[in-house]
Amino acid sequence: MSIPVHKYDVVIVGAGGSGLRAALQVAEAGLKTAVLSKVFPTRSHTVAAQGGVAAPLGNVNEDHWMWHMYDTVKGSDWLGDQDAIEFMVRKATECVVELEHYGMPFDRLDNGKIYQRPFGGHSQNFGEKPVNRSCAAADRTGHAMLHAMYQRNVRANTQFFVEWMALDLIRDDSGAVVGVTALDMETGEISIFHARAVIFATGGAGRIYASSTNAFINTGDGMGMAVRAGIPLEDMEFWQFHPTGVAGAGVLITEGVRGEGGILRNCDGERFMERYAPNLKDLASRDIVSRAMATEIKEGRGCGPNKDYVLLDITHLQPETIMKRLPGIREIAIEFAGVDPIKKPIPVVPTCHYQMGGIPTNYRGEVVVPQNGEPSVPVQGFYAAGECACASVHGANRLGTNSLLDLLVFGKSAGESVVEAIKDGKLPMRPLPEHAADSSLARVNRIDSASSGESMHEVRAAMQRVMQAHAGVFRFGEDMKKGVKEILEVAERVKNVATKDKSKVFNMARVEALELENLIEVAKATMISAENRKESRGAHVRDDAPDTPEHPNGRDDANWLKHTLWFGSDNHIEYKPVQLKPLTAPSVELKTRTY
Amino acid sequence: MEQHELNKLRWHCTRRALLELDITLGRFLDNGFNNLNETQVKTFIDLVAMEDHDLWALISGKVEATDPLESEVIVAIRKH
Repeated sequence: MSIPVHKYDVVIVGAGGSGLRAALQVAEAGLKTAVLSKVFPTRSHTVAAQGGVAAPLGNVNEDHWMWHMYDTVKGSDWLGDQDAIEFMVRKATECVVELEHYGMPFDRLDNGKIYQRPFGGHSQNFGEKPVNRSCAAADRTGHAMLHAMYQRNVRANTQFFVEWMALDLIRDDSGAVVGVTALDMETGEISIFHARAVIFATGGAGRIYASSTNAFINTGDGMGMAVRAGIPLEDMEFWQFHPTGVAGAGVLITEGVRGEGGILRNCDGERFMERYAPNLKDLASRDIVSRAMATEIKEGRGCGPNKDYVLLDITHLQPETIMKRLPGIREIAIEFAGVDPIKKPIPVVPTCHYQMGGIPTNYRGEVVVPQNGEPSVPVQGFYAAGECACASVHGANRLGTNSLLDLLVFGKSAGESVVEAIKDGKLPMRPLPEHAADSSLARVNRIDSASSGESMHEVRAAMQRVMQAHAGVFRFGEDMKKGVKEILEVAERVKNVATKDKSKVFNMARVEALELENLIEVAKATMISAENRKESRGAHVRDDAPDTPEHPNGRDDANWLKHTLWFGSDNHIEYKPVQLKPLTAPSVELKTRTY
Repeated sequence: MEQHELNKLRWHCTRRALLELDITLGRFLDNGFNNLNETQVKTFIDLVAMEDHDLWALISGKVEATDPLESEVIVAIRKH
């Protein structure tokens, strides 16, 4: 069977913030650049980012990159690599100014400079007081960013392949990445994209959870492809959760609802936060509220037929207060929970929001793997940036507004590394291996030819239930062991998924079955890595690793100050050291993380 | 509409930038879309082509549609 081959210098998979930024860097250097995306670029999930992009411009109050670095290391609970973090914060100003020059409509001060607002975890003078560091374009920062970069890419002759789904990495016998296979959804045909370098910018995989704020598109395609090509995933146990997503939907209910007097209740109608945080009650910090909710559900005091959510009650507030102080909340509750919060409480559950781990890279955006005793050896021709990558700047937890910064800085850095390597003759066009598309064809053929088997929807729902129940915001040792067994069982079922629709053109069932094959790799990585890490750190909080004088916050640096690497071939785990030495700055010394 | 056109429309409805739209548009396709007349279908397709934040502003009622046809279809989407 003859497969069409498209030849490019560089192929980028994903057209969100990091993909567009990487594409711009290589296309403006005159390289022939292709971007593959499941959706039109400005429909990427980066659009949902509202908070802004962090940069120590110091436009509102004094700021310094070393303060930003300190905040990021502390936020990461010391699991972030300090060389990558220094690189990111020192590049922040340059990246924001570039965006401004691309036409990004940042909010401004009266003096014409970019306006900056404060954001949680960002401080002046090493934690002394809050600082205004977030640059935003009203509440549409991600959206404006994508538009500015898309236009610029069109100018630079980047070629977009829209509604194409990348299927698999192609590696040659030496292990070098020489391209990808991809499915054109419009025709159902599979092609090869042959290139000197491939950059993955495929975003996160929040859809592994039953309750997620992530749009349906976030199916971890880059990570699935990397795993199938023998690349490990790093620190996948770390996921950020938001306490109050609408149960069953994931749409966020702002924390402002509790600020206005909202009360969390269990199935007995009890205001349970009084037991967990007698002073602050429902206004306790995100982590404490999330853990309390998870404990109530775990101990059988959840609500509903499956006892799997709690209730956020604002029925005691005056309707006028709800309408005036909490605009949009009533609509969200009616639309996604089917309840009018003036009359009935809203079902809520801790909800997955952001993935800190991913494909291991260095700060140059090169994908790195352990080899011959070295922990981080670059894979020839393979780069990654944004949420699918783990540089690692977010470590065990991410600060708000650092995600947009991450995708700008490391999208650009991956692009720069590719341009430099091609200029130095280090990325020749290597020949395609024989049968380069065979494994992709086999996967698609299996789905197309299966006349009977499991329903994609049922198996996906089973995966999401396992992840929500066993690898949620607050984790229990025995539950995680059970979760590992169950997710491996679900993974077997994925191999047996069959679809009814056998058409070629825009066959969504086939695409969803392929997406599920990517999701399940991320789910396994998460479950197994979570069970394996026996301490609490950042967003990974275990019931059996509590806060003690010996291990404040349950963190155990003596045994666990190291990155997890999970290998999909046999589910084994290796470790690599955390880079505690920055590029030039003094190291941010280990201490207990308190706010 | 041909099946492949419906499939494409479903992709455009349920692979959005915003989760809110994935859910509401997907639900409408399943439960309300078949009740639209030909003109309303065209309007729905135009709405689906809008930017995510603008479309969500209409569906969530933050902004009122000025075009009566748009308004009609938005009301139908909200019902499901």
